[in-house]
Amino acid sequence: MRRLALVLSLLAAPLWAVEPGEVLDDPALEARAREISQGLRCPVCQNESIDESHAELAGDLRVLLRERLVAGDTDEEAVQYIVDRYGEYVLLRPTTDGANLVLWLAGPAMLILALLVGRRVVRERARAGEAADLTDDEERRLKALLGDE
Amino acid sequence: MIVELGHFALILGFALGLVQMIVPQVGAAKGWHGWMAVAEPAAISQLILVGFSFAALTYAFVTSDFSLQLVTLNSHSAKPMLYKISGVWGNHEGSMLLWLLILTLFGAAAAVRGGNLGATFRARVLSVQAAVSVAFYAFILFTSNPFTRLLFPPLDGQDLNPLLQDPGLAFHPPFLYLGYVGLSMAFSFAVAALIEGKVDAAWGRWVRPWTLAAWVFLTIGIGLGSWWAYYELGWGGFWFWDPVENASFMPWLLAAALLHSAIVVEKRESLKAWTILLAILAFGFSLLGTFIVRSGVLTSVHAFANDPERGVFILLILGVFVGGALTLFAWRAPVMQAKGVFGVVSRETALVANNILLAVAAFVVFVGTLWPMVAEMAFGRVLSVGPPFFDAAFTPFFMALLAILPVGAMVAWKRGNLARAATPLWPAALLAVAIGALAFALQTGRSALGPLGLMLGAWVVFGAALDLWSRTGRGARGERLSRLTRLPRADWGKAAAHAGLGITVIGIAGHLAWAVEDIRVAQLGERFAVGGYAVELEAVDRLQEANYTTTKATVALYRGDRQVATVFPEKRFYPVARMPTTEAGIANGVLRDLYIVIGDAQEGGGWALRSHIKPLSNWIWGGSILMALGGLISLTDRRLRVAAGAARAPSGPRGVPAE
Repeated sequence: MRRLALVLSLLAAPLWAVEPGEVLDDPALEARAREISQGLRCPVCQNESIDESHAELAGDLRVLLRERLVAGDTDEEAVQYIVDRYGEYVLLRPTTDGANLVLWLAGPAMLILALLVGRRVVRERARAGEAADLTDDEERRLKALLGDE
Repeated sequence: MIVELGHFALILGFALGLVQMIVPQVGAAKGWHGWMAVAEPAAISQLILVGFSFAALTYAFVTSDFSLQLVTLNSHSAKPMLYKISGVWGNHEGSMLLWLLILTLFGAAAAVRGGNLGATFRARVLSVQAAVSVAFYAFILFTSNPFTRLLFPPLDGQDLNPLLQDPGLAFHPPFLYLGYVGLSMAFSFAVAALIEGKVDAAWGRWVRPWTLAAWVFLTIGIGLGSWWAYYELGWGGFWFWDPVENASFMPWLLAAALLHSAIVVEKRESLKAWTILLAILAFGFSLLGTFIVRSGVLTSVHAFANDPERGVFILLILGVFVGGALTLFAWRAPVMQAKGVFGVVSRETALVANNILLAVAAFVVFVGTLWPMVAEMAFGRVLSVGPPFFDAAFTPFFMALLAILPVGAMVAWKRGNLARAATPLWPAALLAVAIGALAFALQTGRSALGPLGLMLGAWVVFGAALDLWSRTGRGARGERLSRLTRLPRADWGKAAAHAGLGITVIGIAGHLAWAVEDIRVAQLGERFAVGGYAVELEAVDRLQEANYTTTKATVALYRGDRQVATVFPEKRFYPVARMPTTEAGIANGVLRDLYIVIGDAQEGGGWALRSHIKPLSNWIWGGSILMALGGLISLTDRRLRVAAGAARAPSGPRGVPAE
């Protein structure tokens, strides 16, 4: 039984994100590597960063990234190195160039639009209030009084 | 035989749905009472038929009837009973049948409880509801039939996706669907009101309980899902901005907005057109969510259906219903004139701001979720939109919402005074700033977002408490306390839901800002420090369970020399599905979770072990529970229970019988 269990567990993919063996000795460098790899998408996974993924390719990318950092790359250079090879698909934070501006500006633009419309509605309601500053009830009573005359 | 009867019941329900869609609508237009009266028994019969159909499918799963294709593909005889049952909806066909079941459940509920709605309006609501059902009957029967038999049944099944074999996820879809489909009621009411050309206070009252119920279910469903992700996926996160998560989050945001704007319709007869639009959009996003999940168009962890034919069908449903409703809206919206007037500083304005922020936040999630698809189709760019985008683009709107919430919740209706609303909130503001400052002082060199989140969360929580307290009026403390217990349930519900939101925000801030992580090769019996704790790997056992094998570690956790907990992280392997899963070992605490994950055996001896300290994690779900509770308390309020229409008998042409 135990042998069977062992065989089966060997069949399983290594269920692990960052492996202990990958961790760099320099804590500052390792912290940078972790930070960067949280923003890089594993190309063969479904919506996982290479930091979270246990796919083999993600592991390779983690090692590659650390190699670049050890070689003295800045964060940007290291990221660019990987983007050059795997495309902008790996960037979990999309760039702000070209059409992506639409993506980044959609929220703020919508907010401005909504605020303008909202302001108009509120003002219009407030002005309607000034014009007819009687409640429905008061109006009814007023009508009743006028009718009495 | 039972399975065939279930299939037949579904077809019969389809026919009945067609009748319920057409006959009452015609009756309402012509004023034929007999035709309108068809809706009620039809709605109830539909529930019975679909209920039977669902029961038949459940029966097939429970008895492991492998002559059914669906059972073969998604079940296994060795699976525990709970997962045999949850396997019914743990797949595409079954989950669509569950969707339909809930749809007919809501339809029947509206038929039974709609006594004071007015005959014409009720007929129209039920007719629209039936139209939605018909679309899903057709979808199931023509593209996703769960009752397909196999010519040569295998000896055993292929097992349910092991990730889904978990109590948290077993009940996650039903709650989510109750929420999605609950919004169909708001949609039906909106469309019926557009056809009728009349939206008034009674309409607002009618829509609110349904929307509130849907929102409560969505809150529970999303909470369960994120809780599951936290302990099952094994990397300590709880929210990944995955397209499928976003698909449930967008309706939640819009349902929250709808909930608040319907109050304005009910109390002040303003914002009518906007509220109708929101009701349409909220359900539209539910359908969009279904489309995203079911079509697999944005592949992600959850997409277990990858069939373009089905995707196109759902897209068609989405187009017809949302497109149709929006066209109707454009045509009829000018009819709806606002009546109530309000000043620039008023509760109404605060709720407009609430709606703007919630809707824009939902819009950001929407754009971010669909952008990869748009960019690829329109610009040929293959790119990703991940958590960093949503963190940056979504969070500011939500922070603004939290900042204005306590003041907006207290400012008076119609014509308020900001100073008067803000004065009782001073203690909350001071406490919140103090907490934020303390957190900032205690941490060193980390992002300011943690203290900021803590501060905003505390501000909302204390604000909710003070809001409730201020409702008790003036007088001696004892007097006010006794008044506190007699406040309407709606007031309690509001305070609880707002406080819950604040608590969730505090949890998220703590979880994200102050987590500690340690990755290493741990030797058996070696004790090492992580944060203020010590971790020791005591044993690792390989065990054989009913339908999986597992590598189970025993890990002792110490604080100083005192043992605080023992946890058992696991690494499971499901041989039938050939899939590994993780089970994190978590020692839950009020202020922090200790979160341990076991990895592989290392060549030089020892095991890979990952240890996290996750501060305030449980507050995330504690707050979610409180939010849902708040909604439930509100639902039991007398004003909503007596349900609308009748309470304030409208004098219009609706002709509701007097109380």
